[in-house]
Amino acid sequence: MGQIVIVGLNHRSAPVEIRERLAFPADTIGHALRGLAERDGISEGVIVSTCNRVEVCVLADEGYKGTQSVKDFLSAYHGMPLQELAAYLYHHTEEEAVRHLFRVSSSLDSMVLGEPQILGQVKDAYGYACEFRSIGPVLDKFFTKAFSVAKRVRTETKVANSAVSVSYAAVELAKKILGDLSDKTVMLIGAGEMCELAARHLLSAGAKGILVTNRTFERAVRLAEEFDGTPVRFEELPVHLKRADIILSSTGAPHFILKREDVEEVLRIRRNRPMFFIDMAVPRDIDPDANQIDNVYVYDIDDLNNVIETNLEERQREAARAEEIVIAEVTAFRRWLESQQVTPTIVSLRKKFEEIKEAEVAKALSVLGAQDPKTRKVVESLASSILNKVLHAPISSLKRESDGRSPSEMVAVVREIFDLPEEESGEGTEAPESAPGQGGRIGQ
Amino acid sequence: MHVALLKATTAFYLVGALLYLYFVFTLNERSARIGRMLLMIGVALHGVAFVARYFVAGYTPITSLFESLSFFAFAIVGVFLAFEMQYNLRVLGAFVAPLAFFFSVSAAFLPGEVRTLAPALNSYWLPVHVMLLFVGNAVFAVAFGAGIMYLLMEKELKRKRIGAIFKRLPSLNVLDDINYRCLTIGFPLLTLGIITGSIWAEYAWGSYWSWDPKEVWSLITWLLYAALLHGRLTVGWRGRKAAILAIVGFCAILFTFLGVNLLLPGLHTYSNLSG
Repeated sequence: MGQIVIVGLNHRSAPVEIRERLAFPADTIGHALRGLAERDGISEGVIVSTCNRVEVCVLADEGYKGTQSVKDFLSAYHGMPLQELAAYLYHHTEEEAVRHLFRVSSSLDSMVLGEPQILGQVKDAYGYACEFRSIGPVLDKFFTKAFSVAKRVRTETKVANSAVSVSYAAVELAKKILGDLSDKTVMLIGAGEMCELAARHLLSAGAKGILVTNRTFERAVRLAEEFDGTPVRFEELPVHLKRADIILSSTGAPHFILKREDVEEVLRIRRNRPMFFIDMAVPRDIDPDANQIDNVYVYDIDDLNNVIETNLEERQREAARAEEIVIAEVTAFRRWLESQQVTPTIVSLRKKFEEIKEAEVAKALSVLGAQDPKTRKVVESLASSILNKVLHAPISSLKRESDGRSPSEMVAVVREIFDLPEEESGEGTEAPESAPGQGGRIGQ
Repeated sequence: MHVALLKATTAFYLVGALLYLYFVFTLNERSARIGRMLLMIGVALHGVAFVARYFVAGYTPITSLFESLSFFAFAIVGVFLAFEMQYNLRVLGAFVAPLAFFFSVSAAFLPGEVRTLAPALNSYWLPVHVMLLFVGNAVFAVAFGAGIMYLLMEKELKRKRIGAIFKRLPSLNVLDDINYRCLTIGFPLLTLGIITGSIWAEYAWGSYWSWDPKEVWSLITWLLYAALLHGRLTVGWRGRKAAILAIVGFCAILFTFLGVNLLLPGLHTYSNLSG
């Protein structure tokens, strides 16, 4: 057994230049994981590396040394002097480390609170660690638990329940207005980074196709190619508008390019099939009065930002509830960790006494020269019952949560008093068949 | 036995409706699942009670106000469950299940003993005419629920204040779809119900149509839904307009059913508060 240690840096502790330098690209992560797990005093290791954070999680024989060892590893691996590096790093041990990983995977520590990608990234990190066999039973249990905590947070709170980026909000709104997007057509008017991003999101959310128009037709053609869509001449916009269910607009036009009457006209042709206009242009492209027409919804950039704002506030409230879940889960996991520390000690304690008993019983029987089964039985049960009664007190105090003393202290005391052999902490770690994951590639 | 069963049924509807409401507020999936289970048990018991009463009374028990209210609740729950399965739309339960409970519990306050059947009602037309209408009405009750949901959702989307409703209700498109689907099922049932009634009237009262208040109000209801169907098919009415008409139409149904029974005596006065 050892202590869980996490050393890391994130978007708050380090600027992007540093995060870039300390990232672990996926193609070399195996090398890094092996380097990490080979260090003295470290028996298991997992590396989470995303554009916003690097978290190196290890099982170390001892917390302080483990922390130092991981810091040395980071410095050596990335060729960055430790003095320079240290300012950007944070480290957590034991319960704090548990809490940290639970919060990270539940997206409570993310730049955008509740964003959904982080859990997948942590899962990837776990997958790599399994593949390269740098993970053992303790971290395996730890990460698996972190995933289930993240799932609990997701289902029991609304922290990941709402759109917090403009393009994501656009997709959510489109779904609520138009339902299934798979038979809906998007139209992109003009070009703008945000519009293109929203278009991409809508397409990946299942929208059927995209029409692209631009004042310069060549530009429209180019963009249409990029989106696998159809270019449309700007002058023909009124003709093609009726085909579009979702209209994304960001032209540099000084006036409205679509007036309320235009929209009314199109809607008549469409027999009132709903239209969703997303106007990202400033000054605006689409007459906001069109929003008053039945089955027409016009959102400008401020409206979208308001939606996001409300969602963010809700997330903050939900985050507080999520933190409570994390706290409860940390306590539960700590109990498990403690039981992990205590069990091997109890086993070796028993083993030692059993051996003594066996030896002494054999000696006594040979002195007695007793052959009849009854004498043998009496001697054996005498020895067993003395053994059980003697061991009862130390074992139950090991199992009990003693006030003031941590289980690891108790374990140390018991081991010292009874002179138990040095703990075989690596038992599970070294046996490959007990390691999780089916990667099975060593030393590639 | 059937009276006790009906009481149990009402209890199931109540708890089912409450669970659906709880689901809408908390989005607790389990509560919706249990709610649906309770409604299923309720509707099954209701079916048993209906059959039991049929055998006790010797006629299809949809003659008194007690019996009709009870049957209406039965039909609403049945139709709702069918729609919920088709659209996987649990929120609808919060809007429709309380309605079913309301009718079911109103019946409980009325005299429910089995009476001797008025001779005019003793006909094979009775179950056909009344059941067609009540099942049709139940379908329109679902359209009514969907209509209210549509208006709530539309208002939130138009005002651009995205909040609790946005998260809970399905897309406008789905709600409008339900409106149309209900119309295409409910309208033929309503039409057939009126036609069979008219044929029966010729047998029983000697005239196809006698401008009795219930007939007049049925016609008004029929015209409302006919207008909606026509508008949908020809000029593409949909969304808000369709939702409002579904709500108005259901109010007309309620008046035809309850208002006429209680306020406007006529040939159809077989079922009022006294029996």
